[in-house]
Amino acid sequence: MSSPGSLAVRKTRPAAGTTPGTAQGPPPPRRIAVLPTAVLALGALYCLLPVLWVVIASTKSGRELFSTFTFWPGSGFADNLTDLSAYRDGIYWQWMGNSALYAGLGALLSTAVSAVSGYALAIYRFRGRETVFNILMAGVLMPPVILAVPQYLLLAKADLTDSYASVLMPLILSPYGVYLARIYAASAVPGDVVEAGRMDGASEWRIFTRIALPMMVPGLVTVFLCQFVAVWNNFLLPYIMLSDDEKFPITLGLFTLLEQGSNTPALYTLVITGALLAVVPLIALFLVIQRFWSLDLLSGAVKS
Amino acid sequence: MTSARPRRRTSHGVRSAPYAFLLPATLLFALFFALPIGYALWLSLHKVEVEGLGLGKDARREVWAGIGNYTDALTDSELLHGALRVLGYGAIVIPVMLGLALLFALLLDTERVRLTPFTRLAIFLPYAVPGVIAALLWGFLYLQDVSPFFYVLDKLGLPQPDLLDGGPLYLALSNIAVWGGTGFNMIVIYTSLRAIPAEVHEAAKLDGCSQLQIALRIKIPMVAPSLVLTFFFSIIATLQVFSEPTTLKPLTNSVSTTWSPLMKVYQDAFGKGDINSAAATAVIIAVATLVLSFGFLRAANSRTKKEATR
Repeated sequence: MSSPGSLAVRKTRPAAGTTPGTAQGPPPPRRIAVLPTAVLALGALYCLLPVLWVVIASTKSGRELFSTFTFWPGSGFADNLTDLSAYRDGIYWQWMGNSALYAGLGALLSTAVSAVSGYALAIYRFRGRETVFNILMAGVLMPPVILAVPQYLLLAKADLTDSYASVLMPLILSPYGVYLARIYAASAVPGDVVEAGRMDGASEWRIFTRIALPMMVPGLVTVFLCQFVAVWNNFLLPYIMLSDDEKFPITLGLFTLLEQGSNTPALYTLVITGALLAVVPLIALFLVIQRFWSLDLLSGAVKS
Repeated sequence: MTSARPRRRTSHGVRSAPYAFLLPATLLFALFFALPIGYALWLSLHKVEVEGLGLGKDARREVWAGIGNYTDALTDSELLHGALRVLGYGAIVIPVMLGLALLFALLLDTERVRLTPFTRLAIFLPYAVPGVIAALLWGFLYLQDVSPFFYVLDKLGLPQPDLLDGGPLYLALSNIAVWGGTGFNMIVIYTSLRAIPAEVHEAAKLDGCSQLQIALRIKIPMVAPSLVLTFFFSIIATLQVFSEPTTLKPLTNSVSTTWSPLMKVYQDAFGKGDINSAAATAVIIAVATLVLSFGFLRAANSRTKKEATR
């Protein structure tokens, strides 16, 4: 399913001799630790169960859903897909597109802001540096709810609610992203290199874009992914901001579909098929990108 | 100061550059963090006074309410019940989720364990599933008519509990959070386990420590900072639970519109249109979150400091 040692294994630092559990030299014949392996397999089963269920349930027609054994595939997958695509002239795909837009563009802008801010906070010594940093960090702790309601009211005054911007803009600044970018810039961009750039007469902006930014890319991938997942999974903000369902992200769209489904159980098959299709792109993204993703950054941040 | 040496000139650029770089973040912070927080505080200290029939331009005025909204919110039994529900829910979620995350991380880091890339990925996978969709999937698995669990119970002739009511509802909701959060926390803990130098283990092994002893005596204390961080984030997330109970609401009558304090804020603001008390409740939740999470951090830090000086 994946190459060994992809997720969370350090790539930048030498691993030899520091990686516990890695045999040095020719591996002696070893027994398998049965109990730990079994417990892990159980954990994996627990985590895959709902995904497995939704894969199978989405193959069932509405009648089969309530009548046949749960883990027995049905015969209606193609029909479900057609029904879902036909539902309200394909609004489902509109929701998917919206989510891709919110998460993609939002994460991109957020990563850009995190990159410049993190770089500035890591590289320069200037008055108020720690103050700026601490104030930004306080944002991590602000519950979204204390922000979302007044954000709604303020955006309503600017006549911006129920727009794409109302869901995009409040998420661009991610304190956590700034935090990660700062830590990564501090470890990945040597001060000497920046100084050398200055000696050569490069402007500060040029040093950042040409020298520092490429060095920060692995860390910024992490920032991008964290933010992408956060926006894709977001529910509260669009739930508050949007009333026009043409602008809904997939989470809110499926929620409203489920709400209607409680009156018309025929919609349940649509909800189930829709849930499956909504999970697929994120899982695919994870599988493809996990090898680039240094999650150790997350816990590396803890140690400092 | 008036020297024309190039070094001076560059240092001017160096001095102003960080401020320019921080401009976008500062602007966004002012607009989408500071301003809303200030506005929420302002709202929470005001109330709407309606004159006459509430018609006409100046019939609705915002007047100073002092701490009235706060005393109302704090004495509101619905908020208290919501807080108690969330505390009960958190008392299940946090220990179970972090316990499992630690267990899985330690097992992944144990020698001679197989299937690790697969299980690590499988357990991490739910992190990619949005909370709403996770709640939706589990919601169906809790429904008697479609769930495999009930099918099995039925075949065995066992009683079929209603998972979406009373006590089981807490377990049902907690399960969703545990399912979604364990993998992420496991990865954070696992990564810091991998950072422990191998010599430490080897020394312990030469001294005759078993794998279990190494885990308990060496690994867990060494990953304490990661545990503190995962606790910290879990507390914040738990106090703000919103989308999971909201998603389960269409499937059952036992989730009220004010099940969690956050849902009450939403209900006050958009259901009843009373944004002033919604703001006051939101501020109370924010303060409670800060007090609880920082209280925890301080306690954890003094503990680890004490251990370090021992």
